[in-house]
Amino acid sequence: MTAVAERIDEPVGVADVERQAARERRRRGFLLALPAYAYLVFFFALPLVAVGVFSFATRNRFGGVDLAEWNLDSYRKLGEDIVFDILLRSFSLALLTTAICLVLAYPFAYFIATRSETVRNVMLVFVLIPFWTNFLVRNYAWRLLLGNDGPVSQVSQLLGLGEVRILFTPLAVVIGLVYSFLPFMILPLYAAIERIDWRLVEASRDLYATGRQSWTKVVFPLSMPGVIAGSILVFVPSLGAYVTPEILGGAKTTLLGSYIVSQFLTARNWPAGAALSMVLLTVMLMTTIIYFRSGGRNL
Amino acid sequence: MTETQAGIQAAEEMAAVEERSVDSAVSLRGITKRFDDVVAVDNVNLDIADGEFFALLGPSGCGKTTTLRMIAGLEFPTEGSLTIFGDEVGTLPPNKRPVNTVFQNYALFPHMSVLDNVTFGLRMQGVSKSEAKQRATDAIAMVQLEGREQRKPSQLSGGQQQRVALARALVNRPKVLLLDEPLGALDLKLRQQMQGELKSLQRELGITFVFVTHDQEEALTMSDRIAVMNEGLLLQVSDPESLYERPVNRFVADFIGQTNLLDATAEADNTVCLANGVRVAVDHDLAIGTKLALCLRPERASVVADADGDAAQTTAGHYLPGVVKRVTYLGTDRIYDVALDWMELEVREGNRPGSGRFVEGDRVNVIWEPDSVAVVPDDGSSTGADRS
Repeated sequence: MTAVAERIDEPVGVADVERQAARERRRRGFLLALPAYAYLVFFFALPLVAVGVFSFATRNRFGGVDLAEWNLDSYRKLGEDIVFDILLRSFSLALLTTAICLVLAYPFAYFIATRSETVRNVMLVFVLIPFWTNFLVRNYAWRLLLGNDGPVSQVSQLLGLGEVRILFTPLAVVIGLVYSFLPFMILPLYAAIERIDWRLVEASRDLYATGRQSWTKVVFPLSMPGVIAGSILVFVPSLGAYVTPEILGGAKTTLLGSYIVSQFLTARNWPAGAALSMVLLTVMLMTTIIYFRSGGRNL
Repeated sequence: MTETQAGIQAAEEMAAVEERSVDSAVSLRGITKRFDDVVAVDNVNLDIADGEFFALLGPSGCGKTTTLRMIAGLEFPTEGSLTIFGDEVGTLPPNKRPVNTVFQNYALFPHMSVLDNVTFGLRMQGVSKSEAKQRATDAIAMVQLEGREQRKPSQLSGGQQQRVALARALVNRPKVLLLDEPLGALDLKLRQQMQGELKSLQRELGITFVFVTHDQEEALTMSDRIAVMNEGLLLQVSDPESLYERPVNRFVADFIGQTNLLDATAEADNTVCLANGVRVAVDHDLAIGTKLALCLRPERASVVADADGDAAQTTAGHYLPGVVKRVTYLGTDRIYDVALDWMELEVREGNRPGSGRFVEGDRVNVIWEPDSVAVVPDDGSSTGADRS
């Protein structure tokens, strides 16, 4: 009797039902997401924690890892000249790659974005076609193209300019990286430019802007989300690139990716490799955060 | 071929009727615009006087916006000559023309503040930063948006955005201001308020306003003169009153305001014969046998009880017997839909005390004064289906 009365004049009862339903919904959502969660935990989060832990460890005499003594030696090692050179080289090559991609991709993306729907779709398929071939195969193809007796060199010799030595130079690495990551620049740029309201360009022309001013004052600022997204999508993988520098770069142009691999596999210095990995990861994370902070959400 | 010739002839007649003003702000001669196979604007001749509030009116797709865009320089005419204050501007880019536009959806730069939006045109013309800021501040004050200079357009209401668009255009002191349905996105109350404000602003500044709208009421309210367009053709250019009282054809009669169009045939002695055989006296100078329509505005007709029919005929001009089919009460007015033998008529009666009140099914006569109707030649054009 009293229980019934309580239920009637207590609106909290209704809220309880709602809360219970919400809890039920959350539980069901969690169950659905569980496989993905499990995958991420086992193959991403745990290895990452392991790398983090190892980066503070010490390398023992036999190339193993001593976890007993925590220290920052591996991070101090990053200040050494050889590591610093590699960091600097990796950063500048990644920046150069990003800049070249931007300059090449912008006019192209602009061109596609301003075509008719049909032309647009065909062009976008062309952009994506290289992905149908394995990344490794495409990089080996460049090795043939840029080799000392490859087509590039042959043409140069025919023209009387002599043999061209590009392969195993930083230039070859940049060419390979630009080639590999150009689509990642084109696509976000295209998306951003395609979204621009062209009436704004008309408005700027009506307000006495020349075609060029219209571009600098209206089109380019409005395509900024695409510029930032594309730059991050090119810069981040370029910085950590391993395959392309391995195949096209020479021994003198060791980059970050190769160096980390060599620390793990050749030098058997796991803590050093782990520390470098953590630094690389932090840089990538920060650039991504900068991107999201800048308001772009159109990856 | 014959159609084109008829069009040219009509246009020439119109040009003759409108005396060509020497100092017209905007002058179009034989302006035609084709998009692929579609003729958007067909051989338009038009003079817009300096200091005029001029409306381009028509249903969507009639070519009014294309005409405006050609004046702005956002489209180039396929044929013809376009001058602004005597200077040929046919293919000049928009930035080389002394006109500015208020765009349909305002087209404010979303990445710039209100102040930067308004100074944009001045900066592009090379006005110094400080002067640009001063003039922009004045313009923003003119449209009553003081204190919102640093806001982004997205932080403003539709009405405020509209004002920014206006300030952004007017700050450049254009010789002609072009407005492309600027009030279309505003709700009714705000729209009516802005109509008044635009009109007084135009009077104050003395700048020529060319205003595109599909809203005939808006055009009638605001304009000194109105050009009615349909299917790329310029049909009539006149002041609001003449447009309403003396439409040149069926389309204009039907597009401007509400109207009853009674099909008739011209006869001698200023009479016409209605479709049901009734003869009506009305001034006309059409050849005998010409098909025409009588344009009878709902508010110009009255409904009287059937018994009064004969009496009404003697005092008024004409009457047509019918049955009240529907009564709509509007507060200020009553609308009677009266079914005649061969068509329906709409009659709008002022809601004054003593005015007759009828209900559905009443047998009545529709009467009107002889000078209340206008004769419009039957050009065969149908009603504007998509007008609003």
